[in-house]
Amino acid sequence: MERRGVIERIKGPVVIASGVKNVQIGEIVEVGEEGLIGEVIRVSMDNFTVQVYESTSGLKPGEPVLATGKRLVAELGPGLITAIYDGLQRPLEEIYRLKGPFIERGIKVNALPRDRKWEFKPLVKKGDVVEEGDVIGVVEESRLVEHRILVPPGIRGEIIRVEEGSFKVDETVAVIKKGEEEHNVKLMHEWPVRVPRPFKARLSLETPLVTGQRVLDTFFPVAKGGAACIVGGFGTGKTVTLHKVAMWSDTDIVVYIGCGERGNEMCELLTEFPKLIDPRKKVPLLERTVLIANTSNMPVSAREASIYMGITIAEYYRDQGYHVTLIADSTSRWAEALREISGRLEEMPVESGFPAYLPDRLAEFYERAGRVKTIGRPEREGSVTILGAVSPPGGDYNEPVTIHTLRFVGALWALDTELAYRRHFPAINWLRSFSQYADEVEKWWAKQFPEFPRYRRRALRLLTIASEIEAIASVVGEGALPDDQRLILLTAELLKEGFLRQVAMTGEDTFCIPEKQYLLVKMIMDFYDRAYVLIRNKVPIDEIAGLPEVFKMMRVKEDERGLIAVKELYKQVIEALNQIAGKYGIDLEEVIQVGGK
Amino acid sequence: MAESDRGIISLMKGWYGTVYRGVKEIRGSLMIIEDVKDVRYEEVVRIMGPDGVERLGRVLEVSKDMAVVQILGDREGLEANCLVKFTGSTFEIPISDEVMGRVFNGRFEPLDGLPPVVSGDKRDINGAPINPYARVYPHDFIQTGISAIDGMLSLIRGQKLPIFSYSGLPHNVLAAQVARQATVLGKEEEFAVVFAGIGLRSVEARYFMEEFKRSGALERSVLILNLADDPAVERILTPRIALTVAEYLAFEMEMHVLTILTDMTNYCEALREISTAREEVPGRGGYPGYMYSDLATIYERAGIIKGRKGSLTMMPILTMPGGDLRHPIPDLTGYITEGQIILSPELHAKGIYPPINVLPSLSRLMKSGIGTGRTREDHRYVADQLYDAYSRGIKARDLAKIVGEVGLSERMRRYLKFADEFERRFLSQGVYENRSIEETLDLAWDVLSIIPEEELVRIPREYIETYHPKYRGVEVELP
Ligand SMILES: Nc1ncnc2c1ncn2[C@@H]1O[C@H](COP(=O)(O)OP(=O)(O)OP(=O)(O)O)[C@@H](O)[C@H]1O
Ligand SMILES: [Mg+2]
Repeated sequence: MERRGVIERIKGPVVIASGVKNVQIGEIVEVGEEGLIGEVIRVSMDNFTVQVYESTSGLKPGEPVLATGKRLVAELGPGLITAIYDGLQRPLEEIYRLKGPFIERGIKVNALPRDRKWEFKPLVKKGDVVEEGDVIGVVEESRLVEHRILVPPGIRGEIIRVEEGSFKVDETVAVIKKGEEEHNVKLMHEWPVRVPRPFKARLSLETPLVTGQRVLDTFFPVAKGGAACIVGGFGTGKTVTLHKVAMWSDTDIVVYIGCGERGNEMCELLTEFPKLIDPRKKVPLLERTVLIANTSNMPVSAREASIYMGITIAEYYRDQGYHVTLIADSTSRWAEALREISGRLEEMPVESGFPAYLPDRLAEFYERAGRVKTIGRPEREGSVTILGAVSPPGGDYNEPVTIHTLRFVGALWALDTELAYRRHFPAINWLRSFSQYADEVEKWWAKQFPEFPRYRRRALRLLTIASEIEAIASVVGEGALPDDQRLILLTAELLKEGFLRQVAMTGEDTFCIPEKQYLLVKMIMDFYDRAYVLIRNKVPIDEIAGLPEVFKMMRVKEDERGLIAVKELYKQVIEALNQIAGKYGIDLEEVIQVGGK
Repeated sequence: MAESDRGIISLMKGWYGTVYRGVKEIRGSLMIIEDVKDVRYEEVVRIMGPDGVERLGRVLEVSKDMAVVQILGDREGLEANCLVKFTGSTFEIPISDEVMGRVFNGRFEPLDGLPPVVSGDKRDINGAPINPYARVYPHDFIQTGISAIDGMLSLIRGQKLPIFSYSGLPHNVLAAQVARQATVLGKEEEFAVVFAGIGLRSVEARYFMEEFKRSGALERSVLILNLADDPAVERILTPRIALTVAEYLAFEMEMHVLTILTDMTNYCEALREISTAREEVPGRGGYPGYMYSDLATIYERAGIIKGRKGSLTMMPILTMPGGDLRHPIPDLTGYITEGQIILSPELHAKGIYPPINVLPSLSRLMKSGIGTGRTREDHRYVADQLYDAYSRGIKARDLAKIVGEVGLSERMRRYLKFADEFERRFLSQGVYENRSIEETLDLAWDVLSIIPEEELVRIPREYIETYHPKYRGVEVELP
């Protein structure tokens, strides 16, 4: 029976309607003559409230409202990879082809193409007994992703039929029977986006997400399955940093949500990703990426939905046994969408106009990160790492979204306007940022480079001390400082310019492998130790600061010869210091051995 | 029927269909009308007061028998006893290539004495969002002839790059200079200029008109002028009308369009006024919580579209209330636009034109439009080094204020000198001075040569050896 009602009132993206029995919160309705998509967000005795996902301009009271009985779902199956969707999972490429460059409303297009065929290879046979989450076969979705077809959650029984060959996503590839009930398994299934997908158990977080960005990997790492936020005012580098992580991190799948941000930034990803080649598999990085673009000028309520759409897709690949990185730029725009809808509902605002449930929504979102043992066989683990951008008004952290986000994430990458003004990128402030994953992932590093933890901590400490000395220097002038303090400033400068700063968009320095990260810190800190001994033995700082090797240390990260160049320079640095030592009759090696701090 | 009513009705040309008489309430710029039928959300409303003046309005909220209407235009003279007509359509303007060279007010009525634009082709001024998939990433360098911009904040065709200013600074002069000098390297096409004056003072309006006339740009310009004494709420329409025209020229007439919107602060004030009248929960500074999304529907209309030859480049201008960069207007703008050019009262006081404070300024699309085959291979690195050196120079200058110049180290003194020379020679230029990108970069090298060569660590050696004055064998004029 059709469940049809009428519009009573229109107020921006919020529409009040009546005349449908038993509508449920979360039910999808079609609003008006054009059938605009909306979701029921409030019900009362005689009417219900709908958040409409498209522009309501021109709508009038009395137009029909059709309840669909469905919830907001994601279509999950082959065809997600390389796609670009809006917040409701409508494929933007297809929409462009059908309607041209501007987005009209009321468009209905399937998320997964129905005409494309996929080669399905079964991994089960007739008679096998399967349970939810079991892999029944695979499809090569892209050259980087083998798409594993799972028994959908909630289904178990005996395989009574299984196919092999070429299939469309909505064709049956296997039939599972339990008792009298038969269930057709297709290449795709649907999942309500606001409900987390099930898993067996949470696992501890141990492995870092290697991003190739030195300041992140070495100093403020995020673990696979963890959550980090990058916070900063406009133009401080949130998007560029997240783009780089999306490009270079050692993850299987990237789900990138452009949530209320710029159209050109999504266009940049679409233009760049096909050109960037996965260093390991030599295939364009786009072939492991799903893009969701609900830009700032697209409807606000669909922006709210985009986050859930993205995380559901991420969980789906996790369930297949992959490490997934979910990037949301910017979660502040999502929170603002919540605020706007809440305002139209005339809910009581608490802080800065945000509804009281803001912290809960943020917590629920970040809770969906994790490394898990998935349901189903063969036994496998997968993870979802969440990286969220936060855009605080006026760059001031003392605001609800920043404050609450910091309660739910394990790492903060704090961007700094001063650094950005100096074009020190990534402008991540090394004093303000933190990572709770550092201790765990240090073990991963130490397995390859036993001394890494020590160098890391010393370098961080040196940077902290340097900032205190800088504060003094800004009052008395650097010239008035004792030489040992000037050496600390010099070393800090080496760390900033030669290690932390990483701006290249192409070439050697776009990505820095862990070994090179280690060797660079080691070189700079070993330089410091030796130079310290020299200074203690009355060698003037200017003699050390003027060494050509010092300037070379600032540039060697970009040398196209990579590791070789760093190793070569390391020798030269030690050699140069030894020479000075020789000139002053100091035996450096011995002092280092004995007094090695 | 009263005598006066007859007069009014004769004014109501084109008012077919149902006309409502009398409204329940007029509150600020809002009007509440009861017992209405078939009213659409956001449709345009025509309102006739007893004074015989027609105003426009827009439906802000509608339920079965009641509509809330935003009055656009003058509220004075309106009484509860007025006539209201719902037009059934959202805000549209007729458009054709006749708009070129024309001047309109903020309701798209001609100000130049010529007849209104007639066309069957009508456009909703709100436009529609560009499908992100349909965008082409902008990468054509626009030479503005202004060193600070070309060298360090390159403007790219299809970019939205605002000027953040203070009242009393020459932002209009700068915008006019950009409009006058902008060319794309290697291409002869000139820009069409769409200019939206939002709450503009008439002297400013006259300045732009004269500038455009003088440079011959007027024939390829369209001016939409909402002046300071025009109704404030009309400012909501002005930039949208301008952008509807600009989109038409760019994406249908295939022109390269530069759109200047000044002053966006006045737009935001109007938005706040409406929000306050609706008794919405105010956000920061009393501005509505949806101001970000609202501004985005304006700024995001810039860009380039697949398969269309034209482009829409946007330069909004805004004065920062209280000179505060963190004020919601510049803050939200900066979060949407692709960079910002920030003017500085200190530089202005020193007599420097253009008084651009390059350090907090930024062009996000610069990277894609410069370098080998676009401007020059050393461009990006030179720009990076200028930023670094200038920020050190400013730091030295601050320190010198405390410890005196003698208290500075040799190295700091050199950076201080660099900062002075940078401002004097690189930044400063004439209002009618048009420098090529080569001149700009060579000038940059000249000032950089104050710094010892090995400290230029942000520039690869090969470029130092190619472009550094020492290797080029040129004498650099230094004081
Ligand atoms: N790692 C980096 N390397 C080089 N340049 C960078 C880097 N990070 C940021 N930038 C520069 O800073 C500019 C602004 O960065 P980005 O767009 O990431 O800022 P944002 O924090 O996302 O700002 P918004 O909040 O307005 O979106 C970039 O266009 C680029 O010029
Ligand atoms: Mg950003």
